[in-house]
Amino acid sequence: MNNSVTTESIAPLASEKTPEKAKTSNVITEENSDAYTTVGQAFSENAKMSMRNVNVFYDEKQAIYDVNLDIGTNEVVAMIGPSGCGKSTFLRCLNRMNDTIDTCKVTGKFLLEDQDINDRKMDVVPLRARVGMVFQKPNPFPKSIYDNVAYGARIHGLADRKSDLDDIVETSLQKAGLWNEVKDRLQQPGTSLSGGQQQRLCIARTIAVSPEVILMDEPCSALDPIATARIEELIDELSQNYTIAIVTHSMQQAARVSHRTAYFHLGKLIEVNETEKVFTNPDHGLTEAYITGRFG
Amino acid sequence: MTKPEIKTIDKVNRTLGKRYRAEKRFRLYGMLSIGFGLLCVLFLFTNIIGKGLSGFTYHYLQISVEMDATTLEISDTSDLNQILAGNYSAVVKRGAYEYFDVSSRRDKSAARKLLSVDGTGYLLQDRFKVDAKEIINTKSMVWALVDDKVDFYLKRLGEPGEPGKHEFSEKQLQWIHAAVESGDLQKRFNWAFFNNGDSAHSEEAGIRGAVMGSFYLLLVTLALSFPIGIATAIYLEEYAPKNKWTDLIEVNINNLAAVPSIIFGLLGLAIFLAFFGFPRSTPLVGGFVLTLMTLPTIIISSRASIKAVPPSIREAAYGLGSSKMQVTLHHVLPLAMPGMLTGTIIGLAQALGESAPLLMIGMAAFIPEVPTGVSDPATALPMQIFQWFRNADAGFSEKASAAILVLLMFLIVMNTLAVWARRRLERRW
Amino acid sequence: MSMSMLFLVMLVGVAATFYFCRQRSLSLASELGGIRHLHSLPVFYGVQAALWCAIPCLLIFGLWVVFDDAIIRELTLQYLTEEQRSLSANELQLLLSTIESITTGSSTVNDPQLIAISQHIVDFRSVSNLALSITVVCSLVGLSFWAWFKLKPENKARSNVERCFMLFLLLCSTLAIFTTVGIVFSVIFESIRFFQIVPIQEFIFGTQWSPQLSIRADQVGSSGAFGAVPLFTGTLLISAIAMLVAVPTGLMTAIYLSEYASSRVRSVVKPILEILAGIPTVVYGFFAALTIAPMIKNGLHGLGLDIAFLGVSIGPLEVSGESALAAGLVMGVMIIPFVSSLSDDVINAVPQSLRDGAYGLGSTQSETIKKVIFPAALPGIVGAILLAVSRAIGETMIVVMAVGTAAKLTFNPLESVTTVTVQMTTLLIGDHEFDSAKTLAAFALGLVLFIITLGLNFIALNIVKKYREQYD
Repeated sequence: MNNSVTTESIAPLASEKTPEKAKTSNVITEENSDAYTTVGQAFSENAKMSMRNVNVFYDEKQAIYDVNLDIGTNEVVAMIGPSGCGKSTFLRCLNRMNDTIDTCKVTGKFLLEDQDINDRKMDVVPLRARVGMVFQKPNPFPKSIYDNVAYGARIHGLADRKSDLDDIVETSLQKAGLWNEVKDRLQQPGTSLSGGQQQRLCIARTIAVSPEVILMDEPCSALDPIATARIEELIDELSQNYTIAIVTHSMQQAARVSHRTAYFHLGKLIEVNETEKVFTNPDHGLTEAYITGRFG
Repeated sequence: MTKPEIKTIDKVNRTLGKRYRAEKRFRLYGMLSIGFGLLCVLFLFTNIIGKGLSGFTYHYLQISVEMDATTLEISDTSDLNQILAGNYSAVVKRGAYEYFDVSSRRDKSAARKLLSVDGTGYLLQDRFKVDAKEIINTKSMVWALVDDKVDFYLKRLGEPGEPGKHEFSEKQLQWIHAAVESGDLQKRFNWAFFNNGDSAHSEEAGIRGAVMGSFYLLLVTLALSFPIGIATAIYLEEYAPKNKWTDLIEVNINNLAAVPSIIFGLLGLAIFLAFFGFPRSTPLVGGFVLTLMTLPTIIISSRASIKAVPPSIREAAYGLGSSKMQVTLHHVLPLAMPGMLTGTIIGLAQALGESAPLLMIGMAAFIPEVPTGVSDPATALPMQIFQWFRNADAGFSEKASAAILVLLMFLIVMNTLAVWARRRLERRW
Repeated sequence: MSMSMLFLVMLVGVAATFYFCRQRSLSLASELGGIRHLHSLPVFYGVQAALWCAIPCLLIFGLWVVFDDAIIRELTLQYLTEEQRSLSANELQLLLSTIESITTGSSTVNDPQLIAISQHIVDFRSVSNLALSITVVCSLVGLSFWAWFKLKPENKARSNVERCFMLFLLLCSTLAIFTTVGIVFSVIFESIRFFQIVPIQEFIFGTQWSPQLSIRADQVGSSGAFGAVPLFTGTLLISAIAMLVAVPTGLMTAIYLSEYASSRVRSVVKPILEILAGIPTVVYGFFAALTIAPMIKNGLHGLGLDIAFLGVSIGPLEVSGESALAAGLVMGVMIIPFVSSLSDDVINAVPQSLRDGAYGLGSTQSETIKKVIFPAALPGIVGAILLAVSRAIGETMIVVMAVGTAAKLTFNPLESVTTVTVQMTTLLIGDHEFDSAKTLAAFALGLVLFIITLGLNFIALNIVKKYREQYD
């Protein structure tokens, strides 16, 4: 199912500011377009998150140029692009993970429903409870499987009783499709699982907090094909209830799991479109070059 | 399906205040810990400096002394033996009687007790050694050392309980205060503290012997530990094959780095003194023991700096047909030298402050002579501090504090040197 | 010839050999038509020849210096009367040192027999000295001529020199092993002798420690009490106090500096705290004994009186001037930077991905630290703490200066206790009669200390190493 309703015209807010902003940045890219316009359908009527005029700097170096993008409710948006195109950086902005990097400066509006999460006054702790994240490398805590999943619920005080916590752990593991494999060894360390299981454990850990949005930063890049297939299946199931933004290196994966696909190139959002369209008939030449494998 | 999202965020918000309070508390613990550590540094230094500074000064009484040749028993001013044997105490005593204007036997004794007659005598002797001819049979003003009890009393004037006052009679107190008011009794810089060796009298005791002892100790330590440490580091980094023997060496080095220093003292006692029969209390044996102690430090830091030399340099040299020794001596060693020097200075600074092993090999001894070589009996700065600390005489505690300041001064200089060497000489790759 | 003079002669001889052999290789090279016709560079020929001379000469010199005293002693024994020779080892040693002091002129003994013997010793020494000088100089000259004549262009001088260099390096690096062996030997033999006098179970489980009683020679050991339990408890008590100070402070400092503090704060605070690690222990001892101990005594004494004043029947607290508390507190402060820098390393080794994982779920910083980083770093922190404990146990000067020597079996930190290291120093400072149970006891204590610290270090280093591997 695809809830995203795309708009044909670019929102006035964005169209006014885009050229001006891009001009002020002195970086000359290979296509040398000072002002650029994202082609396709970057906006959604039923947006869970709306990003406007996002610029990201590492010290003096600009990593993201004026990106505008909506993520619709219960939609899966995939972000693809060559290495260093800024797609991971962009994703990490969505729950302020870039706060942990001192040199990183983020400007622009990030609306989660109607709250600007990039506001310095915004409290990141409840934000991250609403916008969860799954990382590139499986990073289970050196604790038992149970404690890994229960961790988020515990710190956020989601369970009042032990039985509530047990329920949360069980449902999360079930949703992550890991329950049958680990239900007999919940007290074993999370690190004893295989790579794919570890990553599903990390997903279970994330959904145990019942976030509204799940961010996934190349969740399968460290996994073998079978484990990857299992995770992709999982993403598909999760999209019933959650809004998902996923960064991936694999175009096939993007094609398989996402509703819409965003193509990033050298810090710029070149094209956003229905996934099918991006992979069959992209609007932009750069997108086409990328999906046909001319660079990557 | 009900909307779990809203429920979740409400639950999160419910406990948020508590969590942030915990966060603040935790931060506070961290800051308190750091504050405690910084406070300890501050307290330690102010305490030691406060106690030690007074050790650099001493009270002197200006009296006029008649350098009468017959009283001094010096007939020939060119005869060094006579000058050494001169009866300086007699003239000092006479000067004291004159100053306090006393004639009865009891008063003379009371007046005499206010001065360090022997200590002042040594000062006169030093002057005679330089120009006896000029000053014999003249009358000159001399700053005489007061007795250490007088010094103790005057330095603590105004403190509650008037420490040291009970040592004096009413008359003596009158004399002392009169002399202070007239400006004849003054606090002056105590040169004797830097020029003399140890002494049984606190007013004459100085740190020269200890400083020289520490100097010879470090000399021996440096001469042995620097080459051996570097050789070991080179062997382990450049030559050693991966085998059991190399592992054994590495395990030994790591463990020796953490063996208590007193154990090294036992080694020195049993092996160097008892088995090889080296003389006790000498910087030579002390240096051997300190070498064994500092070696792990030097080896570990030297290895780190050898490791930091990029392999490309070695490859370039090998590529030109250099032998292993040439690569090591011409390229690796010069590049790693700054790091090795830093490690060595830090190791030596440790050795300078080390006490326990020296205690075991008998360097905590009363040795008034200033050592002139590595095989003379000697003490070391930390040992001198310990000795003075143990001495029950009130004057020595102040000396110990002052000696601590001198020791810390040396350590600060050495560590600054090490930091400087690291900043200026070390190359970053 | 004095030893240093002889040494100088050797140095000059070796230098000359180097110079002449290098010259000779150069002249050989020019005969052949250039240096490239030699196997190695001329300098290697010089070094090779110098080594051929120096190594044997140094060996002769060294062996001679080590053994001549023993040989002279054996030769001296023949001048003693039958009666004197049958004296016990101790008394014989005393007699010999009396004779020795006559030779140096520092004794006023007027026994003509002893004076005659001392004259013999002086003679032996001068003969030995002369013989040594002649041997060394002759072998030096002989070897350098030999090296000169043996020098051939096809000599593999460079490989020989390189082999010597490598052997030298190997020799230096084995010193660490020899040191450990030396430590083991020096404590183990004396300890065995001690355990022959005092049974080992009495030493380890006995609760009475009063070595002073055994001074009288006719009741060696048997009457002196050598039960080391009070020493162990005293050491443990003081180490425990030190750890109570050092571990929380050091750990929190490390956590704050690595997780919270800005790099500017870190660059200022860290070096200041490191100062604590650089202060000599004798200074801490002085501080503990003269500042902290009186403060505790006065402070707590006043407190006790206050409590009594309020009507609670505790009465004035009895605080010893040499309380375990003062030494423990100061030792704790000394160990803070040790704990904090070790834990800092360990905490920094925790991968960023775990932090990201925790933050990504919405943990606050302290939750991340307490629930993720700390458990992950725990093995490494335990290793660091074990190393710190081993330091506290082996620390000597603070306790020697700030606690007493009375062995009391107590866990009250306000009382005076004694420790293993304090007893080792009190037993060994002053008299060095190697056979009394008193001195030997110090070595037995040393053995215990060595085994415990070695064990702790070994475990700690292994834990830390395993921990590092886990995250590498």
